[in-house]
Amino acid sequence: MTEQERLGYDISAIRAEFPILQQEHHDGVPLIYLDNAATSQKPLKVIEALDDYYRRYNANVHRGVHKLSEEATAAYEQARIKLRKFINADSKREIIYTRGTTESINLVANTWGRVNLKPGDVVVSTAMEHHSNIVPWQILQAEKGFTIQYVPVLDNGMLDFEAYAAFLAEGNVKLVTVMQVSNVLGTINPVQAMAKQAHDAGALFLIDGAQSVPHMAVDVQALDADFFAFSGHKMLGPTGIGVLYGKRDLLEAMPPWMGGGDMISTVKLSGSTWNDLPYKFEAGTPAIAEAIGLGYAVDYLSAMGMDKIQAHEQEITAYTLDRLAEVPGVTVYGPEAEKKGAVAAFTVQNVHAHDVAQILDGDGIAVRAGHHCAMPLHERFKVSATARASFYLYNTTQEVDALIEALYKVKKTFS
Amino acid sequence: MQDMYRENILDHGMHPRHRGILDPADIDYEANNPLCGDRLRLTLRVDENHRITEIGWDGDGCAISQASASMLGEEILGKTLEEIREIDKEEIFEMLGIPIGMNRVKCALLSLKVLKVGLYGLEEWRKLEHEHEHDEDE
Repeated sequence: MTEQERLGYDISAIRAEFPILQQEHHDGVPLIYLDNAATSQKPLKVIEALDDYYRRYNANVHRGVHKLSEEATAAYEQARIKLRKFINADSKREIIYTRGTTESINLVANTWGRVNLKPGDVVVSTAMEHHSNIVPWQILQAEKGFTIQYVPVLDNGMLDFEAYAAFLAEGNVKLVTVMQVSNVLGTINPVQAMAKQAHDAGALFLIDGAQSVPHMAVDVQALDADFFAFSGHKMLGPTGIGVLYGKRDLLEAMPPWMGGGDMISTVKLSGSTWNDLPYKFEAGTPAIAEAIGLGYAVDYLSAMGMDKIQAHEQEITAYTLDRLAEVPGVTVYGPEAEKKGAVAAFTVQNVHAHDVAQILDGDGIAVRAGHHCAMPLHERFKVSATARASFYLYNTTQEVDALIEALYKVKKTFS
Repeated sequence: MQDMYRENILDHGMHPRHRGILDPADIDYEANNPLCGDRLRLTLRVDENHRITEIGWDGDGCAISQASASMLGEEILGKTLEEIREIDKEEIFEMLGIPIGMNRVKCALLSLKVLKVGLYGLEEWRKLEHEHEHDEDE
């Protein structure tokens, strides 16, 4: 009995639900998709949900009294409830639809940040963050004149917690903003403990959950996150939809960001008043089909069970790290398998990551090459680019074997 | 896809020509390709007849960007600025002799970009550019 069977994890049945995995990448070469940290593939149920909306009940939400609009609104709001349950938010009003993690973080910067940050204040981030959790704060910093401190990353891929404690001890920290799982190193940061420390120091805590929500059970109340951002497309859902979770009292006190339809209560030429949560932050016609589709993705993940998914991915990641260690000249970045998400970023000695990815592509293997929107982190490890294999619930150890075989081919080409 | 790594690309990529920085140099310019982290610094010496007499470069990046720098260096050595003006991206693709997909265009053209932006440091080049400014309008 294999480990997968023991877990009741029927990998071929799972793969059969993803149409894209059935096709050939090149003639006679099957697709081996190992770029899941960039975006995940979509199961048929999600694809059909989009199709069904557009074919059968396409209408704007919160606006019409006609049957179509009612059906669209119900499905759109039903998805919000599914998302609330999925991350265990206290209220559906705390689930704000955005375009994704990037927009969610920008929303916090432009509303909470704009009102609350001033010269002398400190925002603490880390040197492993995705650009989407660095640049919005830098843009605001230029306007508001606060300080940003970055918790350094140690050689083993973990954060320097002594430095973190020291930043907090200095005082004036208003916000700590950290990714839960690194999109390059795979590091799983202890955000629950970090949030506690931040709160004890009087700071709020924002979690970038782009790489955690798709892969592990997340409970925003247990983590005591003040804000939590994630994207739909990395968790089997469509692009263009994501979520900002925020604690209700914080969201209530924040001014709106974008103005327009749906976010207002009354509009007079002399001034306007804002709609209730979450609509205050949802100006304009939203991504309706995408939200509904994301609801179906959540159904899919919930039915499978996040713990089961995480166990499967941990097995694949551990296997990958073992096999990569066999290949001479390959360096893997980040902590050991049990402290890591389903990511393996690596370099091949004397071969640029782009060339690695290009040759792998010839064998049907899709990996990402570059700095993965984490330039400061790559600078930290003194590499200009890495190749990255990232896994999801449908990947197999056989696919990892194909990756390793192709890496030997890379080495041969450049020998 | 494998035919991207033909002999000449691998040869130039792994054994680049004219590698090493000239000091002093008439032109010393560096640029990178932020998307992939390819980096190229190009140094040139130019004689009184506006002819490239020496080339030295340094950088890191994929085989395509490095081979492109190596080949372009060989291509422009001994050429006048007037002749270099004529080099366009099609010529680079031809020089590399491999199919360049959309994702690799920036790698392939980094050398040309560094060369042409770098040459702006020369008064003679600016004069040439000015003279030809309206070429496309005519």
